[in-house]
Formats: sequence, structure tokens, C-alpha cells
Amino acid sequence: MTNYQTSRLAGPKSVLTRRTALMLAGGTFAASTLGAPALVRAQSGPIRIGHLTPMTGFLGTLGGWAVEGAQLAAKEINAAGGAAGRQIELMSEDSINPENGATKAQRMLERDGVDFLLGEISSATALAISEVAARNEKLFVAVGPRSDVLRGERCSRYMFCTDIPNTAMVNAVGTALKQDGMVEGKKFFTLTADYVFGHDLLAAAKSFFAANNAELIGDELIATDVTDFSPFILKVRQANPDVVCLNLAGNQVTNFVKQYAEFGLPYPMVGFNLNTADAWAAGVGNLSGTWPTVWLDSVETPESQAFVERFKAEYGKIPENHAWISYIAVQIAAKAISETGSAATPELIDYLESGAKFDIMKARQAYFRPEDHQLIQEAYAFTVKEPGSYDDVQTMLQLDGAVPAPDAPLDSIYPSVEGGSCKL
Amino acid sequence: MQIVFLLEQVVNGLVLGGYYLLIALGLSLIFSVGGIVNLAHGAFYALGAYVFVQLSAPLGFTAAVAVSPIAVALLGILFERFILRRFYNEDPILSLLVTFGLALVAEQAIRMIWGAAPLPATLPQEIRGSVIVGNMLFSKYRLLMLLVIAVALAGIWLLLNRTSFGRVVRAGIQDPDMVAALGIRLQPYMTAVVMLGVGLAALGGAMFAPITTVHPAMGSEILTIAFVVVIIGGLGSFWGVVLAAVLVGVTRGVTIYFAPAASEASMYVLMFLVLLLRPRGLLGESIAKFES
Repeated sequence: MTNYQTSRLAGPKSVLTRRTALMLAGGTFAASTLGAPALVRAQSGPIRIGHLTPMTGFLGTLGGWAVEGAQLAAKEINAAGGAAGRQIELMSEDSINPENGATKAQRMLERDGVDFLLGEISSATALAISEVAARNEKLFVAVGPRSDVLRGERCSRYMFCTDIPNTAMVNAVGTALKQDGMVEGKKFFTLTADYVFGHDLLAAAKSFFAANNAELIGDELIATDVTDFSPFILKVRQANPDVVCLNLAGNQVTNFVKQYAEFGLPYPMVGFNLNTADAWAAGVGNLSGTWPTVWLDSVETPESQAFVERFKAEYGKIPENHAWISYIAVQIAAKAISETGSAATPELIDYLESGAKFDIMKARQAYFRPEDHQLIQEAYAFTVKEPGSYDDVQTMLQLDGAVPAPDAPLDSIYPSVEGGSCKL
Repeated sequence: MQIVFLLEQVVNGLVLGGYYLLIALGLSLIFSVGGIVNLAHGAFYALGAYVFVQLSAPLGFTAAVAVSPIAVALLGILFERFILRRFYNEDPILSLLVTFGLALVAEQAIRMIWGAAPLPATLPQEIRGSVIVGNMLFSKYRLLMLLVIAVALAGIWLLLNRTSFGRVVRAGIQDPDMVAALGIRLQPYMTAVVMLGVGLAALGGAMFAPITTVHPAMGSEILTIAFVVVIIGGLGSFWGVVLAAVLVGVTRGVTIYFAPAASEASMYVLMFLVLLLRPRGLLGESIAKFES
């Protein structure tokens, strides 16, 4: 059941042991500071990245997109000569659950000799991998998990988070909802995924409701393997809310919206988490409401549109937001390696913390906040078009403007680092 | 009003139980006749859903629901002819391993043919929405499903209990050697039973596709529940499976009403209690090894 892929364009396998590779890297670093940059290019052997992402289970569909995005980035980087002159070898494996993810991370570092770790969608698994990375003093680029906790009390010097956190998701949708008068004085009923991500998202939602005079009249925690939501839909009707609000994850969202459309309850639906793949899977006429996203294929920058075209040429389909976030995460790692001339963790951390700007195909450039290692970037809200006004799931999502507004500081939708719980 | 909501959950659980029944009944039939624990059963459920999605564009919703189980049942002939047949007289562990392997192959094949991303499938507008009877809310589509399940169930009961086909199959379950001594070849009956079981699973997949995520691993999701139902009901018992499916559905509905967090665990607790008190399952035949 293990998926094991390496980038097809990766160079020949290194015959060096990890120790000699480290010594070489150290030597090269010393040499390059002495003014012999040619030696950097002379260094042989690929940069090995341990890529973990769920390919099975309730987040499995999202992981499929993550692998495609990451592998495309590696392929393009290698075709352009690699990072710091070295080819990138991306080893993608299925992280089934936190225990499995941690075990594989440990093995990748010890036996496979990867330079650093990258990936993950599940917040629970990302926390487990983060501990392994910290213990081994290796960089972990947490690509897709969204729990605030990863940028808060469980943050780590070795972990950098590229996706937007739950608070930013709530703020992105909340801004849109407030404009439609759907928050103030309204009764909300929430359904929440019962693991660290959902709990965290619910906490963010609760503080948003409290700050905006909305009332939470019911909340249901739902196990991640639930596929039939009819009993919960009956409970929603019993509660008679103004708005039904989803804090669900992965296949849960698709299952819920399909069954909600089946029952045809009158309460409008919104949500604080939705991935494009789950929206597409819901099919025509089932999804409604306003949702947050980190990126959508209709983001109108030339870079985004060029990426969509390259992705379509490679895989014959439009990229999903997890394909995009994995793509830019590998690009960011490659840029860090090129700029520092090294794949060694201390150098990479220093560079990522330096406030370096990254072009992530959005109107504004992104940077890592040194206080909590969160990639500060624009987010978006989107609305599902009226039934009948589209005939293909891939054209049913209407992208609203970027948040925060162009005149607001980029980090205004993120949790504050002052008085925050992240101590690096 | 409270009691109405509880009753509503109980009835909703009954419908859900009916759906579990479709999958579990096929599993139980194939075990009873061939002695095969078919771990690939979930794969046929998934195939039913995928074939339904494929066919619903050209054929329309109703025809696709009717045709896809038949198409998958025809696949069941190959499954029986080329794989299961070799294992009727072997150690059950072999068929367990083979069908488990087959389930993995099937999941990967679905990924290769249809892609890893879930397929979109929706209900036609006419059968969406709910009806309110008294104070209770029902999904129109689920009531329709219940009707189809009831018809399928009645059909199978009649087939097994009122036809010569059923007599041979039941005799084959009890005493295959005697059937052979009477000069009846059991082989074609086995093929038919496997077709029937696989077709039932596919029918479940086709009917659930519009209201669940159609993705490659959907088969393994449902298989666990199907096994729990078969174990609670008792191996080899038609009415046992019916009773267990309804019981599991209702237990889930009631726990979601009172203790939502325990809803997933509830069916395992139920299985535990039943096995503790009655190792053969509710209506299962006695298995000497487990009961002294």
C-alpha cells in the first residue's frame, strides 16, 4: 500500500554516505566563502527531499494533488539545472496517520539520508513529523496543514508552514460574510472534524463569532471516518439555525454537502475550510455558500495562469489548491538552496527567517514571519455560483478579491505574534 | 417533540441499515456457499459506484442505477470462474489473502482508469429534498432507496426459498457431497450466487454514489461495516444479516442522538457485546470450535 515515487528527472543515485556528503557540504561551504563558487557547482549528488503526504484515508484525494504539484516543481527545477547546481530527488510517500508519518520521517532521515523533510496535509501527522524533525535537527517544510497550533504553542524552530492557518481561513470568509450581513446576530450551528485541525478551526470560529455578536447554538464533533451524515443533518433541523457552518476536512466536506443537498434543508451553508478537489467532487448543484482558499486556478496573475497551463500540459487537468501549495513549497525550498548554496538545515533556516521574498504567483509577494515561521501571503474567499449558471464543476466557483484588502498590511488576517504562544 | 426527533433518528437508522444490508448480504451469501471470506467485496461496491457515474451521463439516472449492478455482476462471473473457483476446497486463509490482494489491485485499477480524484455525481432535481410525515423529516431519495432494497430483499428471499434454484443452493450449503451424489453440478449455482452477491454490492454502490464521495478507496470504507454486520448477524444466516443490519443502523442513529462522539464506536461495542454473549452471532449456526 506504500506509494514510493522518485522524480523521473532526478540524477543518478548518490554513492556517497551521509557522513561524507556532510563533510563535502561543509567543505564546499568553507570553499565558497573563500571565494571559489565554482566548487558549489562541482558538488555531485542530488539533493534528497523526503516528501510525506496522505495518499489514502479521508485526506487521500488531496494528497494525490500534492504529489503531482511537488513532482512537477522538482521536474521543472531539474530541467532548469537544479538547485545550486544539484538535481532534486523528491521521494514521495504515503503518510497514513501520525504514527506512520513519524516512522517514515525517521526512516527517511536515518536510512535514506534525505537533506530535509517536506509535505503533509493532516495537522495531526504534521505535528508528529515536526517532532521527528526537531529531534534530528532537520528542516521540515509543513506544506498543507492549517492548524493554528502549528504556528502557536506547538511551533518549532525546524518547521516552516506554507499554507494559511485556520485563523486566516476564518478571517477570509468572515470578511465576506460580514459584508453580506450573515454574521451579526445570527444563530450558527457548526459541524467539526474531530481531530486537532477541526478543534483548532472551531476555536478560531468561536472567537470570530464572539467578536461579531453571533451565537453558536450547537456544535457536533464528527469522527474523520464518518461517511453518512444523515443523523447529523436531522440534528441541524432540530436546532433550527440561521446558518450551518462547516469545520470539516477532506472527504467529510464532500459527503456532507452532497447529503445536505439530498435532504434540501433551507438553512444557508458556509464553511471555514474547503479544498477545491472536495468542491469539484461534490458535483453540480450540491455545493453552495462562501468558503476560504489559499489559491484557486482562476487567480488572475500571469504567473498563476502560466502555472495552470503547465500543469494541464503535464497532467491533463486543472490544478487543485494542494497541487499549487506543494508546487510553491518545493520552489521555495529550491530557492533557499540556490541562494545559500547549501541544503544544510542551519543555513536554510537562517535564510527562510531572513524575511526573503518569494514570488508565489499572487499579486503580492510572500515571506516567512520569523516569529512563528508562517508564510505570510494573500488569501481569498470564493462563492459558489447560482445553480443553472454553470454546467461544469470546474467553472462553478467565483473567486472574490484577495484578503487582506490591498491597502491593509499582509499579516493583518493572521494570528498576532505579539502575546502569541509560539516561542522559538 | 423530543421523542419525535429520537424516532426520526431511529427510522433514519433503519434506512441506513437497509443500505448496509445490501453489502453484507452478498458477503454472507458468498461465504455460505463457497466458504470464501471475500475481502474484495468492497471493491465491487466501489465499481458499482464508478460504473454508475460513467453510465449516468449517457443513460440517465434510473437506467444507470439499473444497469451498473448488472454490468458489475457480469464481472463477477470472471471473478468466480478464474479466481474463487480454485479456492473452494482450500484453506480459507488462501482465499482471504487472494481476495485481499484483489481488493488492492482493484483499488489501484480504479485509480488508473478514473484517476485518484473523486468523481462528481449528483441526484436528479426531481428526487431531491425531503418529505415531512407527522413531524418527522425524511429524505425522498432515501425512502426510494428503502423501496428498492425491500424489493431486492424480497426477491432474494423468494429465490432462495421458493425456487428449485434456491433449494439446490441451500442444500449445497448444508451438504455439498450429498448434492453431488444426487448428480447435481453445484458449479453453475456457485457462479450464480457470486454474481448475485457482487451485483448486490454494486447496487449499493450505484445507489449511494449520488450522495457520497466517489473515490478509489470507498470500497474499504464500507467493507468494515459489512463485516461487522455479518459477524453480528451470524455467518450463514439470511435473517441474521437482516436483523444485524437494522440493529447497527438504529444503534448508530440513537447514539448520534445521545452521544455523537461515540457514534462510530457504537457498532463495535454492539459487535463486542453480541460476540461475548453469543459467539456464533445473533442467528448464526453453531460453530463447534467456538462453543463447547
